[in-house]
Amino acid sequence: MTFKRKATPLAVLTVAALALTACAQSDRDDSGSDTGSAAGTSTFTFGAAGAPKVMDPFYATDGETFRVTRQMFEGLVGIKAGTAEIEPELAESWEPDASGTNWTFNLKTGVKFHDGEPFNAEAVCKNFERMFDQNKDGQVAAEYWAGTFGAFKDKAATSLYKGCEAKDEKTVVLSVNRPTSGFPTFLSLDALSMQSPKAMETGKANEVKAQGEGFIYPEYSKAGVGTGPYKLEKYDEANKTVTLVRNDDYWGEKAKNAKVVFKIVPDETTRRQELEAKSINGYDLPNPADWKGLESAGNKVEIRPAFNVFYLGLNPIKNPKLADVKIRKAIYQALNREELVKTQLPEGAKVATQMMPDTVSGYNKSLEAVKYDPAAAKAAIAAAGGLTLEFAYPSEVTRPYMPNPQKLHQAMAADLEAAGITVKVTTKPWNGGYLDGVDANAFDAFLLGWTGDYDSAHNFIGTFFGSLDANNFGLTKHSFGATLAGDLAKADAIVDEAQRTAAYEKINQQIQEEYLPALAISHSPPALVVGEGVEGVVASPLTAEEFSGVTVGGK
Amino acid sequence: MLRFIVRRLVQMVGVMVVLSLLLFLWLRALPGGTVSAILGERATPASRAAMEEAFGLDQPVHIQYFKFVGRVLQGDFGPSTSVLPGTDALDIFLQRFPATIELSFFAMVIAIALGIPLGYFAARRRATFFDNASVIVSLVGVAVPVFFLGFLLKYIFAIKLGWLPVSGRQDGQLEATRVTGFFVLDGLLTREFDASWDALKHLVLPSITLASVPFAVIFRITRAAVLEVLDEDYIRTAESKGLTAKVIRGRHILRNAMLPVTTTIGLQLGALLAGAVLTERVFSWGGLGEALALSFERRDYPVLQVVILAAAMIYVIVNLLVDIMYAVIDPRVRTR
Repeated sequence: MTFKRKATPLAVLTVAALALTACAQSDRDDSGSDTGSAAGTSTFTFGAAGAPKVMDPFYATDGETFRVTRQMFEGLVGIKAGTAEIEPELAESWEPDASGTNWTFNLKTGVKFHDGEPFNAEAVCKNFERMFDQNKDGQVAAEYWAGTFGAFKDKAATSLYKGCEAKDEKTVVLSVNRPTSGFPTFLSLDALSMQSPKAMETGKANEVKAQGEGFIYPEYSKAGVGTGPYKLEKYDEANKTVTLVRNDDYWGEKAKNAKVVFKIVPDETTRRQELEAKSINGYDLPNPADWKGLESAGNKVEIRPAFNVFYLGLNPIKNPKLADVKIRKAIYQALNREELVKTQLPEGAKVATQMMPDTVSGYNKSLEAVKYDPAAAKAAIAAAGGLTLEFAYPSEVTRPYMPNPQKLHQAMAADLEAAGITVKVTTKPWNGGYLDGVDANAFDAFLLGWTGDYDSAHNFIGTFFGSLDANNFGLTKHSFGATLAGDLAKADAIVDEAQRTAAYEKINQQIQEEYLPALAISHSPPALVVGEGVEGVVASPLTAEEFSGVTVGGK
Repeated sequence: MLRFIVRRLVQMVGVMVVLSLLLFLWLRALPGGTVSAILGERATPASRAAMEEAFGLDQPVHIQYFKFVGRVLQGDFGPSTSVLPGTDALDIFLQRFPATIELSFFAMVIAIALGIPLGYFAARRRATFFDNASVIVSLVGVAVPVFFLGFLLKYIFAIKLGWLPVSGRQDGQLEATRVTGFFVLDGLLTREFDASWDALKHLVLPSITLASVPFAVIFRITRAAVLEVLDEDYIRTAESKGLTAKVIRGRHILRNAMLPVTTTIGLQLGALLAGAVLTERVFSWGGLGEALALSFERRDYPVLQVVILAAAMIYVIVNLLVDIMYAVIDPRVRTR
């Protein structure tokens, strides 16, 4: 009797399990998953900090998405490995006319998209027309187009983009409404990569819709189709892995690994442990404090050339005393930046002499860093009747140019206090009031920085000071504000490269020696780390590493 | 009994409406938000304004709330902005729910399987070495922070010994078939036993980590309850009646001691989500706890709203089930 009572539920469970087993079918491919190519069969697994946003780079804005899409898509213009310089990619060469507004691109031949569609001049024009012709919500989602070309088809007159003409199969002319220093360099942006016109049409790629507090993306965005060395195999959302498989029909040198897997591990310590356990082959932005430990464990810390600037923003709208250049200079003199760089920033960091890194054309080599002079600073502050500064830093964040905001703030605040400045410390979460506060002129002084998108002075100082209204430095309160914004616009429109470079050099000198709207602090090199046996990762200042040339364990 | 259940269900609806309003207002009162999180340093007044308009954040809060409720009644919590951008928040919840259930189930099995017997034997062997050692272990379980325990276990068993995986739910290269979202079960159902075994290996460390607090609580409550019951008159009566030790243990001691233990288990089930936030983060476990942490950090309000509301609903339902179980175990409750 007892046996029966106990055995009944067990029997029911067994029968139910067997019945269920009969229902579920394995999706595994019994034929084997190797690509069958002569190239390597290994897998490169990279620890990603976040989930990719979309598989259509046009609507992407974040590094985690671009890291994945960069392996699958290519642009007309590429980036030379290990530098910020542009080089031919899907276009073999390009040439402007005398006005600098009509650019003829000669395209590579024999290139196909992953779906077998040919890449040609017509495909290029279809891509540009698709990007230009966005609905209202798409215009908000496509931030990089808005940030480079300015406007879309419904406001064509104000857009930089004018048109695209396919001259023949391999020649295309792209026209812009005015010359600008950023064009065609910004065509190297991942967001402006070339995608299969047929796949975009079938997948209704432009049907983006804002709903609630986010965007709903079309079906195409889940499986974008490019020309790159890898194509998407699977995004297993439940297991948080993205798997790319080698494109065996790639026009260039085939990828060395059969697969690239992105394993999403949001916690940085856990990514490090994954590398130690050899379950991933690399991850991005290791904590600078861990660099030595990682290297002594046999890993390679690949330091990228710094392509950023960390600065102290000063806002005269919030604190009118900051409109006085003598006060701003005194603050600069009070900061011991050499010491700050030595003690608080990673190996390879440099004191900044201007608001952009030395790899960008227009960088003024003759400028010297403002000398640390606490006595002069103290005297100037005393002469101005003292200064109270509400000095803010962000919490819950690390940035490549600012690995530990709190420690940097502490060191800088101590320097300022030593110069007789009364510092009121304010902190807000990065996404919880800090960025909003900076935009809303809520702080006298704040820590912020910028990582460049592409190799152009306009992408640095043009972004900071190019608009009189849309800036964080209260330019309307400065007498030089309009002049600076005007000079930047003029420099941006100079077609001749040598003349343009000279103009930017002069502006950089004025910013540092006359205006001081913000105080450039440093340039910090971010890094990525790869495990033992991983070869071929070339650290990019733009964090634009391509994994097609990477080998794992010599395979 | 039926009236009792219906009354509790009606109360639950009220709780959810009030909670949704408070949650909505609280999120909007927080500084920063979705737009800052999406735009970052690149925000300009124009891009900020355009995005606020697209998301309806430029409208008065009460209008936003009514629109939100209207959408929720149609099952639309809106797309995620950062946890899994573009995916409906409810789909993210449904996708991640099995992960948390799977982890919580194994954690509770460990906590109950160890907590109740150890608590019982510690009480029966009061003031012995076994009792003292068990109490110390349970204290450690409560006192050691979950994230620390997680990192420590990973360091020993995943990195140094290499026996178990560091994080995640399954090896991505196994190409396992998904059926229910419960990876162990999926492997059994599809006869991909290697996938099932791999998922089990991934479960060991996070389950032990998550079980540490409920184990300690269940152990202590069981021990205290058994000690209390042992002193009751009816135990002495049972002994004097000459009942066998087995009958006294099973019918009189354990059954009576189980009442507070059952309540505790119910409360611990609800509280598991709190523990899961840290455990899932440390083990990169793609469940609700991790979604909750990420959505708060990155201001993904749609995901935050759906996870908090669902967690509250689960908590209320679990407590209702516990009350019903209580009535089953203790007949006096049914007659009240």
